[in-house]
Amino acid sequence: MRRSSKKSSSSAAAATAGPTRGVSKEIERIDQLFYTYADSSSGMIDPEGIETLCSHLEVPHTDIRILMLAWKMGCEKQGYFTLDEWRSGLKALRADSISKLKKAFPELVTRPSNFQDFYPYAFRYCLTEDKKKCIEIPVACELLNLVLSLQFRPQVDKLVNYLKHQSEYKVINMDQWMGFLRFCNEINFPSLDNYDSDLAWPLILDNFVEWLRENKSFQHWGL
Amino acid sequence: MASAASAALLSYLSLSFPLLPHYSPRGTQPHAAAAAASAEKAASLSPLGFRCLRAAAASLAAMAGQERRTIDLEEGWAFMQKGITKLKNILEGKPEPQFSSEDYMMLYTTIYNMCTQKPPHDYSQQLYDKYRESFEEYITSMVLPSLRDKHDEFMLRELVKRWSNHKIMVRWLSRFFFYLDRYFISRRSLTPLEQVGLTCFRDLIYQEIKGQVKGAVIALIDKEREGEQIDRALLKNVLGIFVEIGLGSMECYENDFEDFLLKDTTDYYSLKAQSWILEDSCPDYMIKAEECLKKEKERVGHYLHISSEQKLLEKVQNELLAQYATPLLEKEHSGCFALLRDDKEEDLSRMYRLFSKITRGLEPIANMFKTHVTNEGTALVKQAEDSASNKKPEKKDMVGMQEQVFVWKIIELHDKYVAYVTECFQGHTLFHKALKEAFEVFCNKGVSGSSSAELLATFCDNILKKGCSEKLSDEAIEDALEKVKCVEVFKEFYQTRTKHRKLTWIYSLGTCNINAKFEAKTIELIVTTYQAALLLLFNGSDRLSYSEIVTQLNLSDDDVVRLLHSLSCAKYKILNKEPANRSISPNDVFEFNSKFTDRMRRIKIPLPPVDEKKKVVEDVDKDRRYAIDASIVRIMKSRKVMGHQQLVAECVEQLSRMFKPDFKAIKKRIEDLITRDYLEREKDNANVYRYLA
Repeated sequence: MRRSSKKSSSSAAAATAGPTRGVSKEIERIDQLFYTYADSSSGMIDPEGIETLCSHLEVPHTDIRILMLAWKMGCEKQGYFTLDEWRSGLKALRADSISKLKKAFPELVTRPSNFQDFYPYAFRYCLTEDKKKCIEIPVACELLNLVLSLQFRPQVDKLVNYLKHQSEYKVINMDQWMGFLRFCNEINFPSLDNYDSDLAWPLILDNFVEWLRENKSFQHWGL
Repeated sequence: MASAASAALLSYLSLSFPLLPHYSPRGTQPHAAAAAASAEKAASLSPLGFRCLRAAAASLAAMAGQERRTIDLEEGWAFMQKGITKLKNILEGKPEPQFSSEDYMMLYTTIYNMCTQKPPHDYSQQLYDKYRESFEEYITSMVLPSLRDKHDEFMLRELVKRWSNHKIMVRWLSRFFFYLDRYFISRRSLTPLEQVGLTCFRDLIYQEIKGQVKGAVIALIDKEREGEQIDRALLKNVLGIFVEIGLGSMECYENDFEDFLLKDTTDYYSLKAQSWILEDSCPDYMIKAEECLKKEKERVGHYLHISSEQKLLEKVQNELLAQYATPLLEKEHSGCFALLRDDKEEDLSRMYRLFSKITRGLEPIANMFKTHVTNEGTALVKQAEDSASNKKPEKKDMVGMQEQVFVWKIIELHDKYVAYVTECFQGHTLFHKALKEAFEVFCNKGVSGSSSAELLATFCDNILKKGCSEKLSDEAIEDALEKVKCVEVFKEFYQTRTKHRKLTWIYSLGTCNINAKFEAKTIELIVTTYQAALLLLFNGSDRLSYSEIVTQLNLSDDDVVRLLHSLSCAKYKILNKEPANRSISPNDVFEFNSKFTDRMRRIKIPLPPVDEKKKVVEDVDKDRRYAIDASIVRIMKSRKVMGHQQLVAECVEQLSRMFKPDFKAIKKRIEDLITRDYLEREKDNANVYRYLA
């Protein structure tokens, strides 16, 4: 398309003016929305703010959707949203109001294609300190319920049960976390017939499978 | 001729022996007689004497040669015959004067003359033949009959006498006929005179009689074996004949006697063994065997030829020991196993001595020894296992005791059987090897979960500790009274004794005597340094909490728990604990128990030992973890990318020299290395690892 300088400038101006206005309007709204929840002194939405946000969204703040929102935002610190993060998240969801945000949620949940990225993100999000590489068992259990139970209810139930019973591991690391997902995806449940402990499955899963098999035999005897 | 010859001889002698009185050829009778007597004295029948006489006679004859009258054979031989007869008579023991040197001279000269006469009167050949015939005649007419009519021992005696006589006869006759040896025999390479003589005996007597002789000798030997007294000197002489008659070779002795002796010995002992093996116990049998061998050896010394010793003893050993080795060693209640069981060291030493001489005789014994030691060791292992599994929960500390006892017993066992190897079995390598292999078998068995290696390590640790604590206490006592001073004085003392060494105090091993003033009475408490430190805290406060104690003592929780337990939950409650249960928790509070009392005025408060075994296992595990880590990193660093199973296999291989790591341990280490960012899993294949530089 040819643009005359006049036209271009004007159209450019119109172009910038129009979309900019549209865009800037959106950004403005997003920003505004941000500041309604942000803490004035820190300039971030803090856990309290998130709680408020959640109540407006009519979603419990332990809901996976909040986690997914955080993921979409690329949030680095659990419980805190920065302006930039907020912007990128809401932009990606094409939402600039609470109602629009609400509407975007189902899409979040039912889109498993990005799940491979989301899943490790969920783990990292729970790391409370910078240098930490593991999350405590109770936290891991909660997270598993949150993240995987929709797709893999029976596995998650058994796994959570096991994690609570065993005493060898007090924390879960990223490698084990990823192992859980692989396990759910690849291993036939509840038969476990294609599980091979000679392969590189994390040891915690070897123990889990052993525990399952032992319990199965007890069940068989009605114990 | 005789007087002329002797006169000539005398003058010749006077030339040779200036000391003799000088006589003219026509000396008066008395002088001649005296001269003859002196001549006889001067010319004794020693070899030198013979040579002189020979020389004299020869020159005499030579001088008289020109005028010599020819002696014809019959005449000469008749003369010789007289001499020979005289000799025979002497040998037969008939009254006959000895040969004088004159007699000898005459006989010799006669031969000489007859040999040096001009043909056809040189009778050398005839004389040679007649020489032999003399023997033959004598033997067949006199000797053989005398032997034939005797038997057994009498025959043997006769034989010895006849042989002795024969040797004398040979010696004399060969001297008479000596001139033949010098020229005739040597020129024609004929058999020398002496040999001719001896051979006659051999061919005519020995060959006929040797069978009987051998039989008689062996019969006597068997008699002696059965315990009867026999004439050993006789046998020695008889067997001497066998040797001598070989004329330089041992053939006759070996073929005509020894072979039969060996056969007889074999049969004799074979028979004995057959009944002994049934009747006697192993030790008794062995004693008999040893006795037999001793006797046979003595027999050789008494009358057999030395060359028979080896062969003879071999036969005996074979019949008594080699043939019956298995039934003997395996005898039910007295065989090798029984002897080992009952610590019969003397019998075992005998067994070794006897069987060491037999080819491969020691192997079965070494095997039985090995089995026996293995069984003993295995029994100890089982004993320790049983007592360990019977333990009660409270007696958990006693388990350590059982295992220490086990180690002591193993050491005792080893000492005992090492002594056996060096003393009973004379340090033979077979037995060293058997002992080593036996210990390998049961030492590699574990005892209640610990390997013997672990137990030994713990044991050595305890030994070193105990040894050390005694030493320290002594040195502490040696020095000053006050605690602080004591330390300083010792430090100075130590510095003077050893330069360039760092003095490190091992507080956990020290002891302390504390006077505790209880309400009822003051009691002296004997405690470790740490316990003392803890108690002294209560000099400053009545009540102390667990955490306060930990802070003030600056020791680990494990240590503090042990200390508090020993003072508040054990036999003597020096401290009161709230709550008053039997375990120490971080929330407990402690107070000095002023109401404590005991009938003793001095009590030792023991500290329960740390469960060393656990610590040992922990330390070993730690070391192994590092080793596995290092191995994995080494492998991944060089390969960069590797599948899980392959990595595990290579890791096991690398570490195989040191220990066998289990797969779970390796997996755990891999996971740890992933967490530490040494490795990562491949994006599309979680079974493959990649090294992160």
